[in-house]
Amino acid sequence: MAKSDTKKSTRSRRPEDAGRRDFIVIATNAMFGLGAAAVAWPLIDQMNPAADTLALANIEVDVSKIEEGQSITVKWRGKPVFIRHRTEDEIARASATDIADLRDPESDEVRAEKPGYLVLVGVCTHLGCVPLGQKTGEVKGDYDGWFCPCHGSHYDTSGRIRKGPAPTNLEVPPYTFLSDSVIRIG
Amino acid sequence: MSAEKFQNPVVRWIDHRLPVFSMLDHEKYDYPVPKNLNYMWNFGVLAGLSLAIMIITGIVLAMSYTAHVDYAFDAVERIMRDVNHGWMIRYIHMNAASFFFIVVYIHIFRGLYYGSYKAPRELLWILGVVIFLLMMATAFMGYVLPWGQMSFWGATVITNLFSAIPVVGDSIVTLLWGGFSVDNPTLNRFFSLHYLMPFVIAGVVVLHIIALHRFGSNNPIGIDASGPQDTISFHPYYTMKDMVGIAVFLLLLAVAVFFFPNAMGHPDNYIPANPLQTPAHIVPEWYFLPFYAILRAVPDKLGGVLLMFGAIAVLFILPWLDRSPVRSARFRPLFRIFFWLLLIDAVVLGYLGGKPAEGIYVVLSRIATAWYFLHFLVILPLLSVFETTKPLPKSISEPVLKYPSSRKGPMGAGLEPAE
Repeated sequence: MAKSDTKKSTRSRRPEDAGRRDFIVIATNAMFGLGAAAVAWPLIDQMNPAADTLALANIEVDVSKIEEGQSITVKWRGKPVFIRHRTEDEIARASATDIADLRDPESDEVRAEKPGYLVLVGVCTHLGCVPLGQKTGEVKGDYDGWFCPCHGSHYDTSGRIRKGPAPTNLEVPPYTFLSDSVIRIG
Repeated sequence: MSAEKFQNPVVRWIDHRLPVFSMLDHEKYDYPVPKNLNYMWNFGVLAGLSLAIMIITGIVLAMSYTAHVDYAFDAVERIMRDVNHGWMIRYIHMNAASFFFIVVYIHIFRGLYYGSYKAPRELLWILGVVIFLLMMATAFMGYVLPWGQMSFWGATVITNLFSAIPVVGDSIVTLLWGGFSVDNPTLNRFFSLHYLMPFVIAGVVVLHIIALHRFGSNNPIGIDASGPQDTISFHPYYTMKDMVGIAVFLLLLAVAVFFFPNAMGHPDNYIPANPLQTPAHIVPEWYFLPFYAILRAVPDKLGGVLLMFGAIAVLFILPWLDRSPVRSARFRPLFRIFFWLLLIDAVVLGYLGGKPAEGIYVVLSRIATAWYFLHFLVILPLLSVFETTKPLPKSISEPVLKYPSSRKGPMGAGLEPAE
């Protein structure tokens, strides 16, 4: 049967019914769309972090063992977190920097809750490499903080971007001091 | 030319170069369908829908599954507890597998009742049996993946079927296992094949549909459409009729998923696989039970395996066993009785397959198995010769116009389409 015949036979012959029919068609299609979206959502949302993944989103770290001038790297949510016990000199240099000169202006006091301990997500804000500067002997960049070897971003002793392509400072993860020696990250 | 059929200029532009819209249009409007199809003709579409549900949920489940003997069981439990909506997606996958078989069994018995396997639709029927076989292989391998006790011992028993083959049997079983028992290599290859097979099924489904569209659907009275007065276009008539079936199907599936998710499963499969201990009473999934009953009915290893596969093989040659020129059981009074006996026989076999292989159950299994083969190999060929069939109507329209009140078929009682 030809298409034109079918179309004619399904359309109401009375013109006053046309608006009502359009409403039914649009309402049906809208319900179908809603249903499809409701079905699609669980299938997409299952790719989000599962409950056991979220349960591992907090870690506790004892920072009392870190000597002054020493850094440790811990894994949090699959990423490296840098914890640096800074020297007086490093703190002084970080706080002496004129904020107006920075690409991503942020004062050192905001970035370190206790000036002695700097906690950073060790992922370059450019394209996700891990910057050098944690171990003794590694390149620390022009500002004596961290240096990302992938594309040459230089970070200062507060983890702020000073030179190179990275757009923002190294991220400070949410953390709290549970006691003088233990911090919880996440 | 077809390109002018479309108002939307983008559709027109694409269709001129890639005539997919013309093809869809052709299937929707130009494909003539007999106008007397009842609701039994919904089950092809429902089977396709089941396959789609299985593929979509399966791909999603594979994202969180680990095919390793040490991790598989825990991975499935993690899906059930930790993955967002994982419990629902897995329960849909589990229950839709059962629903797929329910739908396909109804589809098959529909074909048996209305003679849909007869000329010129023999290949259509054979392709359907191929799909059924592929489904069974896929379902079996899928059941192994959770690596519970039933998974493990089901895999052990079914793969051991091949050891019944003379001479090379043991070598084949070792090849299937990739070792000396069902173990990690077996699980890995079953996962690989379980992922592959649905797409093979989808390919055969395409062939099945091409074969179907060559001569169109059979219909409840089993005579060919004599012209346009006997047919209507697929859209909107049968798309709407299929929608009703789809709505009922999804409703029932939702009831199973949300209220009785494990009703068609086996509790022992929530015990991690233990290669050192077989559960006391192992049974396959319910949809394999009739064949399992046939396997156990024969007191001989090779004989049982041959008969079990023979139960499906006989379907391949069915178009040549039943040589009656009349398709629909509506005009074959004796065939109709035997059809219902066969259906009862299949249900009885399914019941016996779930019972322990002892005492009266073995005897009954043998009788039911004998009847199954008797039906196909003896009764159908004899009926083709000796049965007196009722006179066929001249056209699909005739009985409707002649006897407007007698429109009740045994299978589609009161479910005829309203035009």
